[in-house]
Amino acid sequence: MKKLIKVKKIKYILQKEFTQIFRNRTMLPMIFGVPIIQLVILVHAATLEMKSIDMYIIDKDLSTMSHKLISKFAGSPFYNINGASFSLNEALETIEKNKTDVIIQIPYGFERDLIRENETNVQLLIDGINGTAASLINAYSSSVISDFNRNIIVDLTQMPSLKNLEPINVETMYWYNQELNYKIYMLPGILVILVTLISMFLTAMNIVREKEIGTIEQLNVTPIKKFEFIVGKLVPFMIIALFELAFGLAIGKIFFHIPIVGSLWLLFGFTIVYLLVVLGIGLFISTISSTQQQVMFIAFFFMLVFILMSGIFTATESMPLWAQKVNIINPFYYFMRVIRMILLKGSGFWDISYEFFSLLIYGTIMLSLAVWRYRKVS
Amino acid sequence: MGNTLENMVEVKGLKKSYEQIEAVKGVSFSVSKGELFGLIGPDGAGKTSIFRILTTLMFPTEGIVRMMDLNVIKDYKTIRNHLGYMPQRFSLYQDLSVEENLEFFARIFGTTIDENYDLIKDIYAQIEPFKTRKARKLSGGMKQKLALSCALIHSPEILILDEPTTGVDAVSRKEFWEMLIRLKEKGITILVSTPYMDEANLCDRVALIQNGKIMSIDTPEKIIGNFGRKLWAVKSDNVYQLIQDLRSVNTIDSVFPFGEYLHITVKSDDDNLTDLITILRGNGHSGIEIQEIEANIEDCFMELMQ
Repeated sequence: MKKLIKVKKIKYILQKEFTQIFRNRTMLPMIFGVPIIQLVILVHAATLEMKSIDMYIIDKDLSTMSHKLISKFAGSPFYNINGASFSLNEALETIEKNKTDVIIQIPYGFERDLIRENETNVQLLIDGINGTAASLINAYSSSVISDFNRNIIVDLTQMPSLKNLEPINVETMYWYNQELNYKIYMLPGILVILVTLISMFLTAMNIVREKEIGTIEQLNVTPIKKFEFIVGKLVPFMIIALFELAFGLAIGKIFFHIPIVGSLWLLFGFTIVYLLVVLGIGLFISTISSTQQQVMFIAFFFMLVFILMSGIFTATESMPLWAQKVNIINPFYYFMRVIRMILLKGSGFWDISYEFFSLLIYGTIMLSLAVWRYRKVS
Repeated sequence: MGNTLENMVEVKGLKKSYEQIEAVKGVSFSVSKGELFGLIGPDGAGKTSIFRILTTLMFPTEGIVRMMDLNVIKDYKTIRNHLGYMPQRFSLYQDLSVEENLEFFARIFGTTIDENYDLIKDIYAQIEPFKTRKARKLSGGMKQKLALSCALIHSPEILILDEPTTGVDAVSRKEFWEMLIRLKEKGITILVSTPYMDEANLCDRVALIQNGKIMSIDTPEKIIGNFGRKLWAVKSDNVYQLIQDLRSVNTIDSVFPFGEYLHITVKSDDDNLTDLITILRGNGHSGIEIQEIEANIEDCFMELMQ
């Protein structure tokens, strides 16, 4: 009988929370608007592909070979030839004016050296302001040149006597994302941020708002249990976060055709464990802050650090060792890996069991910490 | 609850410090069952601190506090079941309707509106026509009635109201006190704090509190009776000048402004103040009025503060 009353009490607490959530005018646009905007815009914007690289040409050879090389670049959809001259200074000036990304300098005697000695030099001068872009331009341009060079070798070794000298042609094949489509890679990552953002902020803000308005006082004098209060606060936001994930996956499937290779049940199961951590953090932040501004500031700080270290843009394996150690407490890191593993690779439970149990322990710690910090008496 | 004296609230040597500041400096009082007890004092006197300790929201730094013979530190969970609290600031859910607020608080106390409707009927009936309206859209007086209904919905034995009439218009204030007196008649023990001295007369007993200390506890009549001196109301056309002039007269003990009059006491009660009129005329005052009056609670408060 007593237990029945308790269950009923939680029911009324939940009912009140949901009434308030759906009565909040910014809530519905946030639940539906944010994922659409984040996914549709960010997936396109957060691209690692380089298109329309502006190239300036200094061709001092003016031979058939050099023309052939230039036309390789001109014919590529990634390059945009924006000028040519014989003066290096003129070319450098365009880099200074931010009009050129890369200068290619073909030296005098390019064709002659290539035919006679089967070896020649080409110089690339790349604008290094953006390190990532510069290394990409280098990689692209080098591969265009080596592609061209190999063709020549192939051309020159057409003679029957040298047939066995045909160079080895390395062909790379990328598994799980064969075309290296960055959208397929980015979308699950952005989905992780989205789910985390919504659940962490909303939980923390919700409780602090009760503090600000003073309703928490009124609740504290009631016989409501800590446990009931916290369940009442966590369950609604967990449901909203799971809904966000489903909604985001649907957008991904419909608009970006992301593959869903693994089990959705596993993904949602893992997400629940992940949300225990995130909601625990949100709850903890709310217990140590007394205004919504404080919540915003603290949550924003952690979000930013965690997102940048999570491996959404860069591989965590290439981070320094200390950073990899810090990632042990970064919930994003675990989910970022697992969502990609399940969606793109079809990993099963045992493949993600390390992340699963790590988060389970983490979540238990965070929630206990938050419950311990939440006081009904000061 | 088992106590022969039926002391519902018992406070002994209560102290509360916030880091460096001592807000409550050793307060003792008791409230018996069915009593309407007032805590009267200016802002910052420590009224809210005392109430937050009584409502188990805060632990005392020192001293013993028992509610219904239960210890506020050890048995706070039990106490909360029998306590109704109306904080100083309106703290119900602004985005829930009148009915939803009441329903929610009834439910978390494990009861329903119907079960205790009789108790709140008088009060709730006045706002029931607006029961679908959001709490944020209620007027000040209506908010106060809703807050009182929510504090009563679980039929508490003790009702604690922290400055319920601050910022409420005169008509609503009067209505509110009438409601409190009706609740008292139903056997509920009520503790109320207020900065308004005129409300003290409506309490069974009052404690005058200043700077974290109780200056006097008694029935309003006895507190006034203890004044024991003659009190005069003085008025002239230039009140500001009058204060200055009266304070420089050495036969006068105290001068306090009260609306358009100044209340004064003199060092010897045999003095019939004829000399005073001459002095004031000499200072160029016109329209001088002097009459003997009965002291009120505020006069007593001022007297005690000296």
